[in-house]
Amino acid sequence: MKLIESAQELLEQLWIATEEEAKPGLTVNGTTPEAIDELMRLGLAAREEEQITLTSAGLPEAAQAVRRHRLAERLLADVLATEEGLLEEQACRLEHALFDGVDESICTLLGHPRFCPHGKRIPLGQCCRQKRESVERLIAPLHELQPGQAGHIAYIQMNSPRRLQKLMAMGVLPGVSITLLRRSPSFVFEAGYSQFAVDEEIAADIYVRLAHD
Amino acid sequence: MRIPFLEHKLDIPRIADSNCHAQPQPDTTGLALVAIVGCPNVGKSVLFNALTGTYVTVSNYPGTTVEVSRGKGWLGEAQIGVVDTPGMYRLLPLTEEERVAREILLRERPDVVVHVADTKSLERMLPMTLQLIEAGLPVILNLNLMDEAERLGVQVDVPALEQALGVPVVGTALALGQGTPQLKEKVAAYLNGHPSARLSDSSHKMAEADYPPLLEEALEAIETRLEGNGAYQITNRAIALLLLQGDAEVTSLVREQSEDELADEILHLAESAQARFSRPISYIVARRQQESARRILESALKLPEHRVSGFAEQLSKAMINPLTGVPILLVSLFLLYQFVGVLGAQTLVGFLEETIFGAYINPWIDRVLAELIPWPVVRELFGGPYGVITLGVRYAVALILPIVGTFFLAFSIFEDSGYLPRLAMLIDRVFKRIGLNGRAVIPMVLGFGCGTMATIVTRTLETRRERLISTLLLALAVPCSAQLGVMLALLASRPALLAIWAAIVAGVFVLVGFLAAQLTPGEHPTFYMELPSLRLPTLSNVLVKTYTRMEWYFREIFPLFILASVIIWLGQLTGLFELALSALVPLVRWIGLPDEAAVAFLFGFFRRDYGAAGLYDLRAAMNGAQLLVATTSITLFLPCIAQFSVTIKERGWKTALAISAFIFPFAFLVGGLLSRLLTLLGMGR
Repeated sequence: MKLIESAQELLEQLWIATEEEAKPGLTVNGTTPEAIDELMRLGLAAREEEQITLTSAGLPEAAQAVRRHRLAERLLADVLATEEGLLEEQACRLEHALFDGVDESICTLLGHPRFCPHGKRIPLGQCCRQKRESVERLIAPLHELQPGQAGHIAYIQMNSPRRLQKLMAMGVLPGVSITLLRRSPSFVFEAGYSQFAVDEEIAADIYVRLAHD
Repeated sequence: MRIPFLEHKLDIPRIADSNCHAQPQPDTTGLALVAIVGCPNVGKSVLFNALTGTYVTVSNYPGTTVEVSRGKGWLGEAQIGVVDTPGMYRLLPLTEEERVAREILLRERPDVVVHVADTKSLERMLPMTLQLIEAGLPVILNLNLMDEAERLGVQVDVPALEQALGVPVVGTALALGQGTPQLKEKVAAYLNGHPSARLSDSSHKMAEADYPPLLEEALEAIETRLEGNGAYQITNRAIALLLLQGDAEVTSLVREQSEDELADEILHLAESAQARFSRPISYIVARRQQESARRILESALKLPEHRVSGFAEQLSKAMINPLTGVPILLVSLFLLYQFVGVLGAQTLVGFLEETIFGAYINPWIDRVLAELIPWPVVRELFGGPYGVITLGVRYAVALILPIVGTFFLAFSIFEDSGYLPRLAMLIDRVFKRIGLNGRAVIPMVLGFGCGTMATIVTRTLETRRERLISTLLLALAVPCSAQLGVMLALLASRPALLAIWAAIVAGVFVLVGFLAAQLTPGEHPTFYMELPSLRLPTLSNVLVKTYTRMEWYFREIFPLFILASVIIWLGQLTGLFELALSALVPLVRWIGLPDEAAVAFLFGFFRRDYGAAGLYDLRAAMNGAQLLVATTSITLFLPCIAQFSVTIKERGWKTALAISAFIFPFAFLVGGLLSRLLTLLGMGR
């Protein structure tokens, strides 16, 4: 469903307020009237006096909008190495291009990332549930690699600051060449000339840009 | 106080016993100070020993439990002070150890900082060199483990690296003594202010990481405000960078050093910069520094096209593959048993107990006492069955010394070879079930040597929950080597009983661990560990470690042996023991043992192995079933006084008492159930 840009943004804000901040909805203050009208016309949002809330039809639609935004951030930050500070602005522009399956292709390409660069959860898409791999993957989390597969670290997922700090201290950082040696009984990988053993939880934090021969 | 098994391996921090009172520090004031820094496991302590030789003390860093070695040494004509810092990965501290290491750099004005690095992993280690240079510290980069790097075909162009970094670089294989004189020369030249020693500052440009424009802006803004305000040991740029990364200590340092208003302004600048980045600034900084390191190494470091896979690499592969790793583990355990259980606990103990003490010392002591001391009560204190010398010293020297000594020797070999992290990796999934992670394998293995030491080592586990569970399991179901020695002697002639005993204790370990994991709230453990290269342990290192461990053991545990003897003497003198014994008798009867076994349990309060040894004397009076019940209950029984007091220190009174309150009835409960089960199965006889 294509929406005007301001409606799209409002949809995202509503989703964040409802799903992540546990608020009932948003107040009309500071929102654009056209955006509200558009959402109400399509039955995605309802208005009760000063309060706007998502409808049950609006909820999945809103999740997809947030997903597009956060995927755009991931793409910009990790693959296109966009300068810090420009990320937000660029992501807002890019997300409007991620329609008609492009979002799913990008998601698959990035190894179905679960968090945006700010550490917020990316709502699942159809492709994540099916773990689709039709597009040749560019990036995959370490725990989905097979022994012997190698590449360079693309990014470290940042939802747990403590785990991030540990990996940073060990010198496991983006750009480092990495080879998975074993999957069991623990994940053993080689980064440079050092070997590390980690559990699945930490392995899932390390996203690898795969080397394709 | 040194607990040497915590040293550089396994990236475990070195920790001192918290009951350690301040030891005299060698006074290094007035001497040129050399600080040794670097990651764990790169050979810092070898360099420390090479620089100091003798006169070394190890003591707690003020206000912490992290230990720092200090010493004096000679470089040519000049005396120097040397400080060996705990392992640190970077200047921005994450752990207590790193905090102490940086504290030394920030506060003690070292005249030279030697950064020891593992040559083959230079890509990973160079960012810290860059941080040290950025901080304006007088750095010498020591590329150690050159021999290993050469074997793997890793080549470093030392002059090019010197040129790029603008600091002296020396390649060494310190453990083999290679390059040590050259390194000493460079340090001496640096200290003497020899012009060629300090390379030109112009080349430093290359070593500087460049940060994103937004960050540079913030850095400059803070730097200008720091200018002329306060004196820091490191450059204003480094201070600004640490501030931006949200370093709490540097923040308070800035508050200390500047006027309130200025400090507010500076901290506000840092905060607003942080807000402008979506990712932690520490992450951005780490990436940039790593990129600089890689740029520098592009020309200076040559990695081989193909990875060399020698015997060490093949063996490592076999160790981490469960198919071959489990057999290797079993073979290792068998060798350990042969060495500690047979050679230590049987051959050596037999010789010392029966020949040295039994035939010579004890009769001699009793004779001398009989001649010199007319009062039997005092005589009993020193001689007789429970005397300080005839029991306390005899146990310490004849029983503990050989068993614990052989165990520590074997443990040092395992540790130095790099096997333990591989074992941790192998066992992680099993340990997760009991609320621990693979890392806990180190205290657990050590617990088979000495539960007291192992309880101290649980400090290195990350979460409170893991420390609690491992302390409980160490107290309950991990028999120490002294106790094991007696158990093995007791059950050696009946392998079936030995197997059942081992199965029950292992079952209790897993079951209680599993239940404790279900019941204890807290964060779930995560496992990460570096697997260092396998290395052939050097004899001198193994001997030094074993010696220092033994020394610790005797300093900490030996007094408690004596104390236990005195308490037993007092208890008998005052009749308190009789009272306690009569209280224990019903319990002992309930688990189907002869009344005399109560003595063994009472002694078990003082040391678990006393208890086991008490059973040893009773073995003729018990049938197989009783023997099994008795050994099982004594194994699970309360830990010794030393372990109990360490548990109090490490986990607090409440936890220590709660653990004891659980173990006491539990040990008897298991014994009672086992006894009834055996009777039911018709094996009561």
